[in-house]
Amino acid sequence: MISNEPTITPELIAEHGLKPEEYERILKLLGRAPSFTELGIFSAMWNEHCSYKSSKIHLRTLPTKAPWVIQGPGENAGVIDVGDGLAVVFKMESHNHPSYIEPYQGAATGVGGILRDVFTMGARPIACLNALSFGDPKHPKTRALVAGVVAGIGGYGNSFGVPTVGGEIRFDRRYDGNCLVNAMAVGLAETDKIFYAKATGVGMPIVYLGSKTGRDGIHGATMASAEFGADAEEKRPTVQVGDPFSEKLLLEACLEIMAKGCVIAIQDMGAAGLTCSAVEMGAKGDLGVALDLDNVPCREAGMSAYEMMLSESQERMLMVLRPDKEKEAEAIFRKWGLDFAVVGETTPTKRFVVRHAGAVVADLPIKELGDEAPVYRRPFAERRNERELDASSIKPHVAVADALETLLGLPDLCSKRWVWEQYDHVILGNTVQRPGGDAAVIRINDGPKALALTADVTPRYCEADPFEGGKQAVAEAWRNLSAVGAQPLALTDNLNFGNPERPEIMGQFVGCVRGIGEACRALDFPVVSGNVSLYNETNGRAILPTPTIGGVGLLDQFTKSMTIAFKGEDETIFLIGETRGWLGRSVYLRDLCGREEGAPPPVDLAAERRHGDLVRALIRDGLITAAHDVSDGGLLVALAEMAIASGIGAVLEPPPGILGHAFWFGEDQARYAITTKQSQRVLERAKAAGVPLVPLGTTGGTLLAVAAERPLRVDDLKRRFEAWLPAYMAGAT
Amino acid sequence: MRSAVVVFPGINRERDMARALRLISGREPALVWHADASLPPGTDLVVLPGGFAYGDYLRCGAIAARAPIMDAVRDFAAKGGLVLAICNGFQIACEAGLLPGVLMRNAQLRFICRDVYLRVERSDTPFTRGYNAGQVIRVPVAHGEGNYIADGETIARLEGEGRVLFRYSSPDGMIDPNWNHNGAMNGIAGIINERGNVFGMMPHPENHVEAAMGRTDGRGLFAGLVDHFKVAA
Repeated sequence: MISNEPTITPELIAEHGLKPEEYERILKLLGRAPSFTELGIFSAMWNEHCSYKSSKIHLRTLPTKAPWVIQGPGENAGVIDVGDGLAVVFKMESHNHPSYIEPYQGAATGVGGILRDVFTMGARPIACLNALSFGDPKHPKTRALVAGVVAGIGGYGNSFGVPTVGGEIRFDRRYDGNCLVNAMAVGLAETDKIFYAKATGVGMPIVYLGSKTGRDGIHGATMASAEFGADAEEKRPTVQVGDPFSEKLLLEACLEIMAKGCVIAIQDMGAAGLTCSAVEMGAKGDLGVALDLDNVPCREAGMSAYEMMLSESQERMLMVLRPDKEKEAEAIFRKWGLDFAVVGETTPTKRFVVRHAGAVVADLPIKELGDEAPVYRRPFAERRNERELDASSIKPHVAVADALETLLGLPDLCSKRWVWEQYDHVILGNTVQRPGGDAAVIRINDGPKALALTADVTPRYCEADPFEGGKQAVAEAWRNLSAVGAQPLALTDNLNFGNPERPEIMGQFVGCVRGIGEACRALDFPVVSGNVSLYNETNGRAILPTPTIGGVGLLDQFTKSMTIAFKGEDETIFLIGETRGWLGRSVYLRDLCGREEGAPPPVDLAAERRHGDLVRALIRDGLITAAHDVSDGGLLVALAEMAIASGIGAVLEPPPGILGHAFWFGEDQARYAITTKQSQRVLERAKAAGVPLVPLGTTGGTLLAVAAERPLRVDDLKRRFEAWLPAYMAGAT
Repeated sequence: MRSAVVVFPGINRERDMARALRLISGREPALVWHADASLPPGTDLVVLPGGFAYGDYLRCGAIAARAPIMDAVRDFAAKGGLVLAICNGFQIACEAGLLPGVLMRNAQLRFICRDVYLRVERSDTPFTRGYNAGQVIRVPVAHGEGNYIADGETIARLEGEGRVLFRYSSPDGMIDPNWNHNGAMNGIAGIINERGNVFGMMPHPENHVEAAMGRTDGRGLFAGLVDHFKVAA
């Protein structure tokens, strides 16, 4: 072992994010003290981000199987079968802490990492989405974070050449010290050409590909597994720097050598870089791995073994290649101007042996690095549910028309055009539905099939009732896919929570996961990939529980995808679903009444399924002309969005016997607003399906006119809807 | 029409371009690698497509303009061959001296992706013969550096010689700063060289060529080129 390494002290162990009892476990496992490099490797493998040690036992309860699922969680990304010999590969992952510290590079490398996860499996990326949570707009850091994160996402995705087509953005003071950046990538592969991380064969060359290794991102994954204190900004050197140009070359080179049959196993170097990728390839294949760091392409001279093993430099891959194809693979990589180096081989020993400058710097049991990582059954306290709020106890202090005008201009409900116009959402020429609708629709190759994609969660519901909130996130994703006419197939989850060592936070996590599982089972909507991000806290204050759901659905005919815009005059507007006028935890209650209380709307999963199935059938049979999921802000906000998207107004009459503000702004679930020219047939179909259908009025004109309310000009509503975000970002609000 | 699409590392709209050419000309274009020294024999049209050639590092188009294949492209243009340069291709053509002027950062300093309206200024060129002069088309833009700038003398020449083929406009064809998303001088979206055989534009007609996908305003450009070569043959 190298003699000038730091001595292992309790302080050094703590700096590596390892608890004293975890270090004891290492001593027991090795029968000796670890070297400095070994300590670094353990810290990389056993941190929360890489080991899922707090979440594992709960994640196992999620449904992950269906006849169309090819690969569930545990690989770089999930894989589902979409027919015609094609598979869709997708996953969502967070890059929260890096994006808070260094918004542009943090967000950019978040996109880069998730794209790599997808093309590592042999898929060409065809779409990206993202779900962003920022602090209060009035917080002094928020504007710069929004600007940096959005520019970073665009900067990477636009240059890489993938359309960024959807997502969501929210603002809440609870994210003041800890924004969330969740990026999702979706790729297309042939079902019989999916690549995995599992190495096979002893003595196979392990090859390093891509960019050189530098001193950036060291301990990134450990940083992502700790709370922030006041020193958050001092952690900037742990953030990696992205190079979308190299990633684009890496994509093309990887797909080319895969097509040539050169690859046995492949793993991208993401969190914990070389360490994590090498250990995973060996452990999954029940093989040992021997690495020789002298052959690792480095950006600068004099890098230590410790630095090379923990660097999170971007745009790098590790592969096991067929020995007979090594030269061919090398030529392809050289053509693309990328580094190619044999850095090790597989061994029969099940040991992870790392050599550097003639010395063995690490010699560890490979399975135990992964499998023997600590697993915690952390204590949790589930929140006591709040009671239902009686709508009549909420006295509306503004008229319905005034309330609508205010709601459409709120940070959470206003148009996000300022954001998605910075993302190239038309590249590849397959974007059927651009951002701004319920779900993006992306044609598969030349059609006729298409994918529908969405990302959803309502954190304020999750906090008030984690179980219902978890259900709701899944149901809303399912609904958004159904609203464009797609059959929902599977989802990826990105579970963002606070410190799991606190029982109330663990309770949020457990409740949300239970709710997600329940909804997935009821809706036949399995989880095929995901990511857990814990310790999203700053100075002891946690974010809202934010389990983002990324949903993927399939349309048989892309030309039949449904949009939210009203299509013409004199069409009948219906509401699908039941309205009790649920104002608890609504945007109306929070932003117009200043109250954050009551139980969130319950999710009746059987009703969700019935209503969604009906909407899809109506779209398929050409019986409706527009459809929109009713969610944040309630029914009138949804109808206003349909009017704004088209420029066409409507005359609306609420049903009798329900308070106006509760009817128009309640957030009852399992609802859709639709328009039709064939109301009789729609009524018959709803009746046959046992689905409540409420007539609301007729489209037409240039005014949105609610009975007994001041009529509102659609163009004026549009101005309000579009105004807030650009004005805010220009510093005008 | 035999087309050759030049692929520099970092180019990412070559597939969009290849699809448009295939759909409209009925012939698959050749993809030509940046390190090659020559174009396929019999090439009618060379396309410099969109993307981020060499990451747009140093300056957009600056490195690509010096790639080995560009000597062949310059020779091809010098002999009167047609060159279509879109988005990053336009930036490369300017850097390579095939077209005058330069594309600066958008006036708002942000990348912008949206549909824009273009007024067709002339219909008597191979690149615009598929349209009528004065016609307004709607096509997407997707760029951070599309703000066309040249010195006063160059602008005066371009305008005087009728070399501006597309201008950003309102939906009814008015030239109006509110409809000029990137701040380009005189709303310039596309220009042609003195000889009339090299054309560069920032927007992406190749992304609006299929009725089933919603819009076909970009077809005219490719259909016009196909007609040009049919007549020539």
